[in-house]
Amino acid sequence: MSITTTDTKRRAATGALTVRDLTVSFPTATGSVDVVSHLDLDLEPGSALGIVGESGSGKSLTSLAMMGLLPPKATRTGTVTLGTEDLTSMSEAQLRRIRGDRVAMIFQDPLSSLNPYYTVGAQIEEAYRSHRRGVTRRKAHQVAVEAMERVHIKDAARRADHYPHQFSGGMRQRVMIAMALATEPELLIADEPTTALDVTVQAQILALLQEIRRETGTSLILITHDLAVVSEVTDHIVVMRSGVCVERGPVEAIFSDPQHHYTQRLFDAVPRIDDEIGDLRSLSPTGDHR
Amino acid sequence: MPRYLAGRVAAMAGVLLLVCLFTYAVFFLLSPDPAVQICGKNCTPDRIDQIRENLGLDRPFWTQFLTFLGGLFAGRTYGVGPNAVQCAAPCLGYSFQSSQSVTDMIVQRLPVSATVAIGAAVLWLLVGVISGLVGAVKEGTWVDRTLTGLTLGGLSIPNYVLALVLQYVLVVQLQWLPFPQAVPFGEDPGRWFLNFVMPWIVLAVGYAAAYTRLTRANVIDTLQENFLRTARAKGLAPRLVWRRHALRPALTPVVTVFGMDFAGLLGGALITETVFGLNGVGKMAADSIAKNDQPVIMGVTLLAAFFVVVGNVVVDVVYTFIDPRVRVAA
Repeated sequence: MSITTTDTKRRAATGALTVRDLTVSFPTATGSVDVVSHLDLDLEPGSALGIVGESGSGKSLTSLAMMGLLPPKATRTGTVTLGTEDLTSMSEAQLRRIRGDRVAMIFQDPLSSLNPYYTVGAQIEEAYRSHRRGVTRRKAHQVAVEAMERVHIKDAARRADHYPHQFSGGMRQRVMIAMALATEPELLIADEPTTALDVTVQAQILALLQEIRRETGTSLILITHDLAVVSEVTDHIVVMRSGVCVERGPVEAIFSDPQHHYTQRLFDAVPRIDDEIGDLRSLSPTGDHR
Repeated sequence: MPRYLAGRVAAMAGVLLLVCLFTYAVFFLLSPDPAVQICGKNCTPDRIDQIRENLGLDRPFWTQFLTFLGGLFAGRTYGVGPNAVQCAAPCLGYSFQSSQSVTDMIVQRLPVSATVAIGAAVLWLLVGVISGLVGAVKEGTWVDRTLTGLTLGGLSIPNYVLALVLQYVLVVQLQWLPFPQAVPFGEDPGRWFLNFVMPWIVLAVGYAAAYTRLTRANVIDTLQENFLRTARAKGLAPRLVWRRHALRPALTPVVTVFGMDFAGLLGGALITETVFGLNGVGKMAADSIAKNDQPVIMGVTLLAAFFVVVGNVVVDVVYTFIDPRVRVAA
């Protein structure tokens, strides 16, 4: 398959991502509020980093901030470097050439993230053609079908002409992943890619992400609130809380010996089979049990 | 698709039949005796009876209604013997006032109403959609706020007030437009066009305001959609993000509303036509109501209902082409 060429692997190897002192703030009636503050991230080429945290911890905004996709009202400071290029000093047009080409994104809800008016094939072709000058429609279509085959969508040539609503949730997420893969990105940012899916489909999508990493050598940032998900896919974890990184390290280290109080509570909040029914442990805003 | 269409047409026929029945029943039960009206001042009871018999007004409701329906599809004959009048299908009867065939009256006046409706539609679509887009792009700025204020004004000003103001300003004060006078298109196309400018504006203002709001709201909603974030994350040029991903979903609902509005206007723009003295279906409706000219009222009611119902089906069929989700469900 044309997607896993040696060229891809070489390109993928160039994409070390470095985030320094990233701060995202929103103006409010009572002054500016930092939703991400002074965050540092490091991602080796080809490795996988998990960003874990509860809702509102700033993990999704972190990924949007890296790609310059924040809402217009938000302000961003700090630097984001991909390979040797500083994404934060780029113009919108330069950044556009990175988005979807060198860095591709996958979002939480695949139904609303795909445009209902166009076939999935057309939406994948569009991603490819906007980054490859002078590509014929035929070639783009071929790439789209191959990308769909790559994510194990059966009968891809026929399915490419179907609309998003004609796919199941898991298949739609595969379409999103195929769209991201069509341009052979060096970095894939997956923002809660399995949250909207049921558990068995979740496992299939995670297995697919693993397989893609293995075969293309792309690096991965996986954003999730689900500790089980990061433990399966990533090498390193950053635990975020209220926009601040509270703990970071290799997966095994954090799972076996969480240092920060909040991380311990986070582990403790995962329901276990021997829990009494109705006994859910939540985290209060200060990180203690309610 | 053919099955879908057949179902829609059958439903449409059913609705029209009900409208017929309802309108007929209303006039049968509520209005004063038409025979007395037709007869006039110097009238004898014998003469009234004769008119009743000729028009079939002495027969029971259902017989009259079925005769009316029969006339609509197959034509009917009024009176008997040498005085009999043959009314060809689609026969809507004769005006009590002018004795003209209602069908002929409609055929004569429909082009005027269609001209008013088409011109106004072009105007309000252009103005409404463009200013709606501008409002959405400039959301929250003074441009947006000004447009919102203008739409409020456009929605609240009554047609007849606007008509008077326009006539005073454009014709009397500025003299940009000639005094309105009916001129056939063939005689002087320029003059013909100028005559319609004011009716078009007057009719379009309210719709343009409503379409501005509709478009603005739809575009703003669509810009919040997750698939727009996807389009940007793919690195598409802003031009493509707008054209393909924002405008198409945002403007699709406008098609529905437009189909309904336009179809409604083909049945006559009552106020605008009356204010400007345009001899269209709307003015005919107003006149016939004022004079309780039943066959004419019946005719224009049916015509308006016909356009609305047909417009509905057309919109539904168009939708199966522009919205893939509807297409597959159908």
